[in-house]
Amino acid sequence: MRRIARSTLQTASNLVFFAIIGTAVLASTYFLTHEKIVESEKAEKLKLITQIVPTTLYDNDIMQDTLSIATDPLLGNDAETLAYRARLNGEPSAVVIEAIAPDGYSGKIALILAVKANGELAGVRVVAHKETPGLGDYIELLKNPWIKGFDGKSREMYKDADWKVKKDGGQFDYMAGATITPRAVIKAVNKSLLYFAANRDQLFAMNPSQEKAK
Amino acid sequence: MNINEFKEIVSNGVWKQNTGVVQLLGLCPILAVSSTVVNGVSLGIATAIVMALSGATIAPIRTFVPNEIRIPVFILIIAVLVTVVQYLMNAYMYGLYVVLGIFIPLIVTNCIVLARVEAFASKNPMGASALDGFAMGLGLTLVLAILGGIREIIGHGTLLSGIDLALGEVAKDWVIHVIPNYKGFLLAILPPGAFIGLGCLIAGKNWLNLRAEQKRKAAPATPTQQDTVTA
Repeated sequence: MRRIARSTLQTASNLVFFAIIGTAVLASTYFLTHEKIVESEKAEKLKLITQIVPTTLYDNDIMQDTLSIATDPLLGNDAETLAYRARLNGEPSAVVIEAIAPDGYSGKIALILAVKANGELAGVRVVAHKETPGLGDYIELLKNPWIKGFDGKSREMYKDADWKVKKDGGQFDYMAGATITPRAVIKAVNKSLLYFAANRDQLFAMNPSQEKAK
Repeated sequence: MNINEFKEIVSNGVWKQNTGVVQLLGLCPILAVSSTVVNGVSLGIATAIVMALSGATIAPIRTFVPNEIRIPVFILIIAVLVTVVQYLMNAYMYGLYVVLGIFIPLIVTNCIVLARVEAFASKNPMGASALDGFAMGLGLTLVLAILGGIREIIGHGTLLSGIDLALGEVAKDWVIHVIPNYKGFLLAILPPGAFIGLGCLIAGKNWLNLRAEQKRKAAPATPTQQDTVTA
């Protein structure tokens, strides 16, 4: 009995020993790379944001001027996201929000939208999707300029019935053979504009810290 | 490790026991990531690095690890190495990291890594084990490169697309448009294309083996006879 206990203990301590070494290696790699990872993620996001918000629209540090947005059925986000606010001479000029189209052909399509202060879309981009390659993936700017069709559109310009593909009587182009994908994207963009209209003032509201600085 | 051992290990890894077309281990990443050359080769190299490192780490400690818990210890070491590679890629090759996504952490579950550690590194010295892991990874990379090339040419009409993700903006113009104004062929990009492509590769490898065999039979007195007995 004692022998069994001893060998069990020995085996267990052996495993613990390796686990400790492994954890130490991982922890040190994490600390060495963490800063760089955060940096590259931020750079990637900034690249995306500057694509859809023209640099002439803002003079503030857009990556710092953020507001966390709670989950909202209009945006389809299932966790808090960040809104980035663009301001020119202290006046709000545009806001960048993230939205999710839940009804893509193969699941969720993650979008990022820039809405100008007057409710006009400055740009839309697809951040992540699982649509069929070569068929539904024309929503990516890399594959097709289709997504640029949203530039300059607003809810003032198009009524609800217009926010559909042309096949369904709307105003937006689509490609034969893949209509579910654009339908999902258009619907999500329309709903995001509704969200913007309903929450415009909160979206542009200064953070408490900014209020103080003023 | 003498020169013959070296040759034996390398030829086993790259050709005779090729993980992609002979052992057929690690099919999941092979089929999923081989849609372009760059994706395939990147994951292949990442796997080769993990395999070489795990061979080099496990061989020297093989005598200290009790037999009963060797598998958990091996998995633990492999998982640590993969996560280290993942952190490094995330930090220094962000674009590629995003493209390869879930398949980098999934290297842990790639049977071939554990299989080589168990079959080779746990019985051989450090240098040979590292070489074995690397040669096996190289064989996998080769298959991924060929399969990725076939699928990319047929599917997109290009070669090396996305190379800028791996090597930075400088490489942006390296993309070769093999067939100009190509409309694309969906089947090759989707998973069925991967299965068909891999099937063709296996058939090709078997055909080459068969031809070598016949050649050897046709000339029975050649001295190369002894080398291929184990094949």
